[in-house]
Amino acid sequence: MKSRFFPLLVTFLVFIAIYAYCYSHFSSFGSMRVVCNLLRDNAHLGIAAIGMTFVIISGGIDLSVGSVIAFTGVFCALMITREGMDPRLAFAIVLGMGTIFGAVMGVFIYYLKIPAFIVTLSGMFLARGMAYVLTTESIRITDPLYIRVSKLVYIFPDKGRFTFAAGAFLAVLVLGIYIAHFTRFGRNVYAMGGNETAALMMGVPVGRTTIMVYTLSSFLATFAGIVLSLSKRSGDSTITVGAEMDIIAAVVIGGTLLTGGVGYVIGTFIGVLLPGVIRTYLTLDGSLSPWWIKIVIGVLLFGFIAMQKLLSTRPRLFSFRRQVRPTNVSTA
Amino acid sequence: MVEMEKQVVAPLDENKPRRTPNFKWSNILRGDNRALWTILALVIILIVDRMVSPSFFTVRMVNGRLTGSLINTLDGAAPIILLSIGMTLVIATKGVDLSVGAVMAICGAVAAVLINRHEAGSDNILYYPGFVIAIAILAGAACGLWNGILVALFDIQPIIATLILMVAGRGIAQMITDGQSPTFSNETLAFMGQGTIFGMPFPVYVALIALVGVFLLVRRTALGLLIESVGINSKASRYTGVNAASIKLFVYIISGICAAIAGLIVAGENTYADPHTAGMWSELDAIVAVVIGGTLLSGGRFNLVLSVVGTLIIQSLRIGLYISDLHPNANLVVKAIVILLVLLLQSKEFKQAIGRLFKPLLKLRAVFR
Repeated sequence: MKSRFFPLLVTFLVFIAIYAYCYSHFSSFGSMRVVCNLLRDNAHLGIAAIGMTFVIISGGIDLSVGSVIAFTGVFCALMITREGMDPRLAFAIVLGMGTIFGAVMGVFIYYLKIPAFIVTLSGMFLARGMAYVLTTESIRITDPLYIRVSKLVYIFPDKGRFTFAAGAFLAVLVLGIYIAHFTRFGRNVYAMGGNETAALMMGVPVGRTTIMVYTLSSFLATFAGIVLSLSKRSGDSTITVGAEMDIIAAVVIGGTLLTGGVGYVIGTFIGVLLPGVIRTYLTLDGSLSPWWIKIVIGVLLFGFIAMQKLLSTRPRLFSFRRQVRPTNVSTA
Repeated sequence: MVEMEKQVVAPLDENKPRRTPNFKWSNILRGDNRALWTILALVIILIVDRMVSPSFFTVRMVNGRLTGSLINTLDGAAPIILLSIGMTLVIATKGVDLSVGAVMAICGAVAAVLINRHEAGSDNILYYPGFVIAIAILAGAACGLWNGILVALFDIQPIIATLILMVAGRGIAQMITDGQSPTFSNETLAFMGQGTIFGMPFPVYVALIALVGVFLLVRRTALGLLIESVGINSKASRYTGVNAASIKLFVYIISGICAAIAGLIVAGENTYADPHTAGMWSELDAIVAVVIGGTLLSGGRFNLVLSVVGTLIIQSLRIGLYISDLHPNANLVVKAIVILLVLLLQSKEFKQAIGRLFKPLLKLRAVFR
């Protein structure tokens, strides 16, 4: 087995182990209801995390996603309820704005050589600030389209409600896997994250790819904001504060290396669901204090990073034949 | 003839006693014109503040306490100054410390919980205010040690190594306070945030002492040089005999201690320790201050004084926005724009691009001449 699949395998095994443990305590974990709720509650985090996966594989970071999600929700709510705009038009406008926002950040990062950390941090302040400027109160949306979308559910025999948000999450997941492994852009991202100079020399359009990565991330964050707006049916500028850190943690737990070049979108999917499972367990249990979720996520993060470190420094430990260390460029 | 004179002059220069001082006052603001841009930005923001509020520079003595927007700026900036001092050293080693906000929360929580045991009548000497402060600072140092071990010994990327404590730290702080925000009435601890000496708020002195202390520590000894060498090339400096791991360990511990003191100041100011919001986002403010101060995130050369100037930029901007008529919610937008502007002023690529833009104009001037 290739050692670069190992982190992914461990992520899967840990997920299954934790899920089995939860199932042994609460049999409701076996129902579709819990599964559907997991997908629904983590849909916005997951969609943004898939964008973040590309950013991190390319060797960058995007701190603005949480604020972009919040801004999108507030913008949609304001346009639809105050201005009476058609929701579809509002979605189109906000998606356009998100795309441009990401592209501008990419331009700053690539052409002005300002570190991604600082550029996206400014982007985070800017998006959150714009959301505050629009409004600081929570706005309910009662548009007929929102009602129609909320009725768009598939109900399993055990009353599990497979909602639009869950569907969107899975659709973006499939799209993300496709982009990462079956398109030229995906291969460019992996190549760039592995070694930017080498990628440039091989003819990878590094500048364009950098800009596109941040554009994709902001686009998906905007889409996540729309999904959240549809499922919450409200806009609030104070939501998803600090979500970017949860998202980065999810991506890392999913086996993506922060040094870039290595990672899988499906790993991120598990990385997003894992804290969700623990949260569900704590809610069902009721006697455990809510701060345990943060500590458990910290411990998980540490465990996965330590494991990755062990793998990358001693790759031969886990493969029986002596082999050249696998290159970072994915060939899948 | 002219050339001959030059030749005569040159050896004379050589004969001058050549001093190689390891400390120059001009080093305080060393660096290219980044120092100039940063200080200019502060001056501009202060002038704008003065325009917004005519009484901005007015400082008055009320009840033996200096008051005025300028004093408020310094007072409010003190915790972030402390953070940015530690952060500067960390960033100089090509690292970053995302956990300082959480460490602030932890140390504030530790201090509040312990001091309340003292207030409740416990005789244990460890709960005396002096010891409580020492224990809180030790807790900060322990947090820094944890980060340092992950970065220096396990060789984990700093941003992710410190993310662990950033995520878990708030949980730990909540665990310490049992999910509450404990209030306290101890005067010693409150003095950390509210006290005044000669009319000046106590936190300002703390920040000043920390700045001078760390400055002398890194610039009067070889430590600063070693930190820079580790930041520029960790492996190469290890080959030349620098103990890169212990240097990294050291900077993270310093950062943890600075965060602990900042946490005590904030807790003292509020007379309660809030594990949820204490120090929230202050790590980002500190990083921005350091970057505005011209220390590159890619490590190497650092400048503590300019980091403090960067903090003052952020804080005077914040105070200016509070007293202005501007929409209070526009705060973050203005902050983001100012950060970007300062970074653009410092970006070599941006200046070159602007230079290219103005080239046709220069040609035009040549035509008219």
